[in-house]
Amino acid sequence: MKDIVIIGAGIIGSFLAYDLSQYQLDIVLLEKNKDVGCGATKANSAIVHSGHDPKEGTLKAKLNVLGNRMYEDICKTFNCHYEKIGAYVLACGSEEEEVLKTLALQAKHREIPFELHDYLTILQHEPNCSDKVTQGLYLPSTAIITPWEVAISLTENAMLRGCKVHLETEVVNIEKITAGYCVHTSSGKIETRCVINCAGIYADHIAKMINPESSISIQPRRGEYFVLDHTKEPVVHHILFPVPSNKGKGVLLVPTIHKNVLLGPTSDFIDEKDDVSTTKTGLDYVKSHVHQLVKDVPMHQVIRTFSGNRPVGNTKDFIIEEDSDFSCFFNVAAIESPGIASAPAISQYVIDELVSKRLCLQKKTILPDILKRPCALSEMTYEKRQNIIKEDSRYGHIICRCETISEGEIIEAIHRPLPALTVGAIKRRLRPGMGRCQGGFCEPLIIQILAKELNINENEVTVEETGSNVLVSKR
Amino acid sequence: MRKHELVIIGAGAAGLSCALASYHAGIKDILILEKEEDAGGILNQCIHTGFGLHTFKEELSGPAYAQRCIDLLSKTSVQIQCSTMVLSVTKEKQLVCSSSQYGLETIQAKAIVFATGCRERSRGAIQIPGSRPAGVLTAGAAQRYLNLDGWMCGKKVIILGSGDIGLIMARRMTLEGAKVVAVAELMPYSNGLPRNIKQCLDDFDIPLYLSHTIVKIEGKDRVSGVVLSQVDEHLQPISGSEKHFDVDTVLLSVGLIPENTLLEQAGAQLHPKTRGPVVDERCMTSLDGIFACGNSLHVHDLVDFVFAEGQRAGYAAAEYLKKTYMDCNVIMVRPEGNISYVLPQKLHTSDTKLLYRVKTPMKNAELILMSKDKVLKRVRKVSLIPSIMEEIAVTKELLQDCDEELIVEVKPWKN
Ligand SMILES: Cc1cc2nc3c(=O)[nH]c(=O)nc-3n(C[C@H](O)[C@H](O)[C@H](O)COP(=O)(O)OP(=O)(O)OC[C@H]3O[C@@H](n4cnc5c(N)ncnc54)[C@H](O)[C@@H]3O)c2cc1C
Ligand SMILES: Cc1cc2nc3c(=O)[nH]c(=O)nc-3n(C[C@H](O)[C@H](O)[C@H](O)COP(=O)(O)OP(=O)(O)OC[C@H]3O[C@@H](n4cnc5c(N)ncnc54)[C@H](O)[C@@H]3O)c2cc1C
Repeated sequence: MKDIVIIGAGIIGSFLAYDLSQYQLDIVLLEKNKDVGCGATKANSAIVHSGHDPKEGTLKAKLNVLGNRMYEDICKTFNCHYEKIGAYVLACGSEEEEVLKTLALQAKHREIPFELHDYLTILQHEPNCSDKVTQGLYLPSTAIITPWEVAISLTENAMLRGCKVHLETEVVNIEKITAGYCVHTSSGKIETRCVINCAGIYADHIAKMINPESSISIQPRRGEYFVLDHTKEPVVHHILFPVPSNKGKGVLLVPTIHKNVLLGPTSDFIDEKDDVSTTKTGLDYVKSHVHQLVKDVPMHQVIRTFSGNRPVGNTKDFIIEEDSDFSCFFNVAAIESPGIASAPAISQYVIDELVSKRLCLQKKTILPDILKRPCALSEMTYEKRQNIIKEDSRYGHIICRCETISEGEIIEAIHRPLPALTVGAIKRRLRPGMGRCQGGFCEPLIIQILAKELNINENEVTVEETGSNVLVSKR
Repeated sequence: MRKHELVIIGAGAAGLSCALASYHAGIKDILILEKEEDAGGILNQCIHTGFGLHTFKEELSGPAYAQRCIDLLSKTSVQIQCSTMVLSVTKEKQLVCSSSQYGLETIQAKAIVFATGCRERSRGAIQIPGSRPAGVLTAGAAQRYLNLDGWMCGKKVIILGSGDIGLIMARRMTLEGAKVVAVAELMPYSNGLPRNIKQCLDDFDIPLYLSHTIVKIEGKDRVSGVVLSQVDEHLQPISGSEKHFDVDTVLLSVGLIPENTLLEQAGAQLHPKTRGPVVDERCMTSLDGIFACGNSLHVHDLVDFVFAEGQRAGYAAAEYLKKTYMDCNVIMVRPEGNISYVLPQKLHTSDTKLLYRVKTPMKNAELILMSKDKVLKRVRKVSLIPSIMEEIAVTKELLQDCDEELIVEVKPWKN
């Protein structure tokens, strides 16, 4: 009998696994994919919002503000990327300036640092800003991260603290048993006292597995993006938002940790939960809307498009509660934006308000050292790099030219406690294939390395889930 | 720190011929750095024949062509260091490279030639909507898997783009037992060489859909199908013209982009059209003593042209090192009208030749070289197509009559 089964290893499930594994509990984290963080956590704007805009009185407002304050330390702990680059909400004309005033007041009330800048001041910081802009709300505490990187580090360290992680394990049914619940999965069943449902877009399905009367309903709302190549002079240096509307935060320009720029997202309700395809209409919408904020958008620098689905609930807020009829069954659902920003605070809230009321939480006396994200060779000094290559010559063999990644680093990622088993998993950890050639040069080499290290044939290597093989047969 | 007279980055056709030319012009201390295990570049995966008719007066396969060059070099003092990736280059001509064998190394050169080849335009760059399953590859990647690694990447294939690599892969995959259902091309004409259309598509009954594009890719884990649509004269899909194809693979042959990340980082000026550096007739970039040739300068259709350009760069680098070069007036070259680009972009008054491509096909045209309003030269052209690079010789005398700017234009032929 386990103490807790956590369903879904997105940013929420991995924070809970990490935070809860500091207690003397027997925990299992179940994830249907071959890697963690492959749901909404891998396809979003990656912004740690300041918390200025959610509606007053909501969990979103409260947890976003708290989450924003927690991120820097967390990222430092794991050596995950974090940059407090700041954001601008840009108003065009007096009507929108009124909205900025309201947002500024809200920021002040929430003790979020802010400044109101006129067009000329903005221009000094953002030379490419459109001349239609009249005023901007500057939010210096807004930061960017790489969300899946955080999810990977959290899960990996939860494992070291004793949490069991089962990948490729899909929850198919949940049954009430006397002492708790029996969770049926694609690879066997697990009995547990508590269940925490953080299944993202599928959180309503999971909730209904135990309680068909559950009122939770989740509708996917798709967001489509362009990715621009990293160049010496990026189009923007801060995150640029238009003033928010009823459709959400609007089409943004977001610098990423690796100096790429995201343009997007759209915001359209769709029927299929798993449908993360991009559309011509969506991409055209993004193209036409970014021009409202900046003068020149170098669309010839586009290296990729993608989309992600927001799990939108039916309450306009996060749904974080114990099921009304089934005790010890906790739903953490409808975690749409600002879900990334709020994640550390959501986890804390779940533990304080729900789990601690049902289980006795006793800290473990000793916890293992933190396993940090490995530093990229390309970010090290010449001497340090030279020494690493001397010890293991595979670090001298560069596989990915665009992002300068060595064979040694790829092999290391395959053999970490949370192993990178797919081309996509390696890409998320090290970035080969994220550069301008999009894997044209390095993918064949990565497939060879994966096959060798995992002792499988090259045509058994997948990009992501089962069935996503690149190669089909020997010549 | 290691020091060399001339360092060449890339051991493809361009780098190898550059080294040969420089060596024969008197430079003995030459180092070629190559990231792959073997020299030869893209030639190594082009196992079809059709290489070398000009250079070696023989029809060779890609690897055989590369071997000829390597054999010629083996009789010289030129060193080829493989499995070594160049990571950075400065305008002071210092290089940093990495290899398993030697670790990180810094090398000081007196002259550098970039012969780094090109990369293929990917799916993201052309923004095909739809899902993002496995099975969407560039044609060159599929060629590499098949010819170098021995793996087929699909059974039922559609090819987007009628570039030469796509055409060659249509034939190659068919010969290996795959079904190639169609080649689709956005433009009303093909971007491949006419002989490849004949030998790779017509001979195998593979349909070529001109003015068509893929508007949607379907499939969750692996491609399951695509939607093809006709496009109008503004290249926009025509609704109602959609056709569905069940395929498991989409190969892209939608253009090559010169690979110049390092050159750009060093501070060289790049040309927005060719995406290669701006050069003069010696193939020298805007950085003193740094040259470029082959597909990293602009994309070539024929290896023989690459070879010739490599020779030009190699000879010029030697002249530069021997300091025999006399600097004189600079003339800027500007394409007009239907000329897509002209190389070099800068000229000194010497006998040389210009390379150019047209934007759209033209029949019965004339090429005109002008300075201000004065016509310097006109040449009749029966047919011009974008897939074929053209050349025109210019003499020192002609250039002496030229102002600061030489305009290159094509017009319909009038007697
Ligand atoms: C377009 C877009 C932009 C966004 N921008 C931002 C932003 O800038 N800042 C911000 O703070 N937030 C943003 N968000 C919101 C943020 O991405 C989400 O709130 C967050 O990622 C949710 O994390 P999660 O762990 O709840 O869900 P997910 O990451 O979706 O994780 C759920 C996991 O559950 C697994 N799962 C599902 N069903 C099962 C099952 N039956 N068995 C086992 N496992 C299962 C899934 O495979 C998945 O890994 C954005 C979202 C989108 C879509
Ligand atoms: C698929 C295909 C089919 C073709 N078919 C024909 C044909 O039938 N007939 C014909 O005449 N021509 C053909 N061509 C054209 C011609 O063969 C090529 O254009 C020519 O070989 C290119 O030579 P290159 O040296 O410029 O580039 P490449 O051959 O690409 O060489 C560049 C070299 O630089 C190396 N390099 C790049 N970056 C670095 C770095 N940072 N550090 C170290 N090394 C680096 C690369 O590994 C590579 O070896 C074909 C081309 C292709 C792609």
